[in-house]
Amino acid sequence: MRITLKVWRQKDAKSEGRFVTYEAPDVSEHMSFLEMLDVVNESLVAKGEDPIAFDHDCREGICGTCGFVIDGKPHGPRPKTTVCQLHMRFFKDGDVLTIEPWRADAFPVIKDLVVDRSAFDRIIAAGGFISTAIGGAQDANGIPVRKEDSDLAMDAAACIGCGACVAACPNAAAMLFTSAKVSHLAILPQGQPERPDRVRNMVARMDAEGFGTCTNHNECEAACPKGIRVEFIARMNADYVKSSASAGRRAASGDSGTG
Amino acid sequence: MELKPNVPSGPLEKKWERHKFDIKLVNPANKRKYTVIVVGSGLAGAGAAASLAELGYRVRCFCYQDSPRRAHSIAAQGGINAAKNYKNDGDSVWRLFYDTIKGGDFRSREANVYRLAEVSVNIIDQCVAQGVPFAREYGGLLDNRSFGGAQVSRTFYARGQTGQQLLLGAYQALERQIGQGQVEMFARHEMQELVVVDGKARGIVARDLVTGETTTHLGDAVVLATGGYGNVFYLATYAKGCNTTAIWRAYKKGAAFANPCFTQIHPTCIPVSGEYQSKLTLMSESLRNDGRIWVPKTKGDQRAPNQIPKEDRDYYLERMYPSFGNLVPRDVASRAAKRVCDEGRGVGPTGYGVYLDFHDAIGRLGKAKIEEKYGNLFEMYERITGENPYEVPMRIYPATHYTMGGLWVDYNLMSTIPGLFVLGEANFSDHGANRLGASALMQGLADGYFVIPYTMGNYLAREKLAPVADTHPEVRAAEDAVAARTKRLLSAGGSRPAASFHRELGKIMWEHCGMERDKKGLEHGMGKIPGLRAEFWKNLRVPGSGAELNQSLEVAGRVADFLELGELMCLDALERDESCGCHFRTEHQMADGEAKRDDQQFCHVAAWEYAGDGKKPIRNVEPLTFENVDLQVRSYK
Repeated sequence: MRITLKVWRQKDAKSEGRFVTYEAPDVSEHMSFLEMLDVVNESLVAKGEDPIAFDHDCREGICGTCGFVIDGKPHGPRPKTTVCQLHMRFFKDGDVLTIEPWRADAFPVIKDLVVDRSAFDRIIAAGGFISTAIGGAQDANGIPVRKEDSDLAMDAAACIGCGACVAACPNAAAMLFTSAKVSHLAILPQGQPERPDRVRNMVARMDAEGFGTCTNHNECEAACPKGIRVEFIARMNADYVKSSASAGRRAASGDSGTG
Repeated sequence: MELKPNVPSGPLEKKWERHKFDIKLVNPANKRKYTVIVVGSGLAGAGAAASLAELGYRVRCFCYQDSPRRAHSIAAQGGINAAKNYKNDGDSVWRLFYDTIKGGDFRSREANVYRLAEVSVNIIDQCVAQGVPFAREYGGLLDNRSFGGAQVSRTFYARGQTGQQLLLGAYQALERQIGQGQVEMFARHEMQELVVVDGKARGIVARDLVTGETTTHLGDAVVLATGGYGNVFYLATYAKGCNTTAIWRAYKKGAAFANPCFTQIHPTCIPVSGEYQSKLTLMSESLRNDGRIWVPKTKGDQRAPNQIPKEDRDYYLERMYPSFGNLVPRDVASRAAKRVCDEGRGVGPTGYGVYLDFHDAIGRLGKAKIEEKYGNLFEMYERITGENPYEVPMRIYPATHYTMGGLWVDYNLMSTIPGLFVLGEANFSDHGANRLGASALMQGLADGYFVIPYTMGNYLAREKLAPVADTHPEVRAAEDAVAARTKRLLSAGGSRPAASFHRELGKIMWEHCGMERDKKGLEHGMGKIPGLRAEFWKNLRVPGSGAELNQSLEVAGRVADFLELGELMCLDALERDESCGCHFRTEHQMADGEAKRDDQQFCHVAAWEYAGDGKKPIRNVEPLTFENVDLQVRSYK
């Protein structure tokens, strides 16, 4: 089949970008979307033109490196599918597709479809962990965890950090990403001691990075390739309120706590 | 070159304990005076960076990805082994050690493997403490599954995303140290050169992939945890960015490269569908717990799989290996698949595929149970192939998946360059000629969390390392070499993209140095590679400049190194004139087609020493002695 691509080209962070049209004249339905771009890029290189820069790595939907917007939808039209696993059989001959990078102030464009998502790492560094020294752990079965809790924690922990939730959100909020990590650790018994501080510190970092606020559009859930649910945002909000209230009480009584 | 394994004396089960007592320690107050460079942020790299930082060392960690969370450990699906014996089914440290030695076809070092089995139990404890959501039973305790090459259930898992969850655990521990200022993280940086001063590894030159700027980072020791080199085959289950550059630079600076031909071909991958294909996708080995592998009994049977009655199917693994059945080790399962396809009994459009069928398991356990165990894998299969594996058997075929070979290391995980440590898949140490399923995650975390924190201290406490100036001639030479190389790649002035050379190399390697090898083919392959390399340097085209994000330049640099490595792999396969594990030389097989080792001549590690461009590398040998297990013919029948 023949596909026409309108691709966002931007030389670097400082330059202005624009859409450029490319033809992919001979696309097989078995190709992944990225393999189609590989073919376009090889033809550009052969002509001596600069190929389209896009992030990708594992190409099996788990590393979270790839992602761009196809016709307004992060990762394209298929639910629960990253662009690396989006196959061309879901498109038809003659389609004209618009491809652009994640759009968010907190994700500046580096080049073409490549954006800087390091803000996500800084949110994790602010508290998305359990402080346990390597080497000092007790026997693993010494901490029984209800299967339901473990399964729910796993649902949240499945986040791949691709940033589609931010790209889908009209406010460019990072609530789904942040709440997934907050919830994963808050649901497990191991995560309890740091639970109040964790949520406050991560939310503070998220705000400082310039992500927007959540106004319950739920676009994030629809765009998430791993099916992370907005219920985790509700959990995080509840934790945040509780934590802030107790932090306020602590401050009033003169105990600054550890946060 | 002298290869000193530095294995501690004493009985096997006391060696590590004794070594930990004998090694020198660095005083806590002095640790902050040392800087350790860690390249790679997978399980081994992130684990090492986090644990060294926790101890108080200053750490600089590098990865080519945009975040350390993306390293390819993340893609491991099935699980991680540990000798916990929670199932009371007869497992023990000794049994895990034995299974690993046997699975590796007696080509690994006893003491290293025993230590791996020993610390495996600590890994699970550590990961649970970090909040890794392993699968649980209704009683709240950890669940286990079985993997190939073992008759006990010792594999811990987190749905089909075990690697992801373990890596995120290590990543979170690393981010905690980054937040505390103990680790300085350099994402989107690729190591280009190793700096060796007075014979010791003292730093690296790295390229900032966003700006193109190269910077030198000096320290007291360097840790390479840069993964495997299986992308030499072009089509493999690796991430696209996985490469050999870091270990290849180290090899050319004097680190011996051990057993480069030992590459694992994983039996259960989605078959190739076309020329444009960029990678192959693995379907977890855990599927072999419940899936049955078969092909039609007769050649050219064109019926749909569900139309072929049981009596016309050949469940060939169950037939040939009744005691292990579908759970034979990977090398055995892969070769068996290749053979039935070569006989013309393969399925699917290309004839290079076999069925992995869940019909019986769904009948036995119900669809819901199968969905709970493998749901995400089934979804992934359907997404890629457009077929529903609940109704139609999966089609699978072997693909390159892991490299057991890597830089040679001693018991302390130090290479032949003092101060250069090599961890995880990048080293050669634990899996011999074949790795068992669910053991890669185990090794990565064992090396990163539990071995390097001890052995690094021992090295630093014993060495007197003078500071190295930025202007040192060795530093300048390394920087100049990087600049010259980048310039050469950019100015080749031809017309072909690097990927086209990579595909061509991959075909040579798959054909001549793949699942089955012979003298004639290997010589043929070795004959072709230098010509391809010359063509590469003559006809390569890399658009753009070196002062920007230039993905074509990144790819070209990696392909240039693969073009050299491929030749060494063929040479190693040629000179190892025996069969063992994954290294199957057709000249050396038993009457029933199994690998025939030659313990008289080849019970050793071959560690290759670089002798200069265009010169034949030197083959050094570390003899393997087995004091605790008998060298047996590996049998899974």
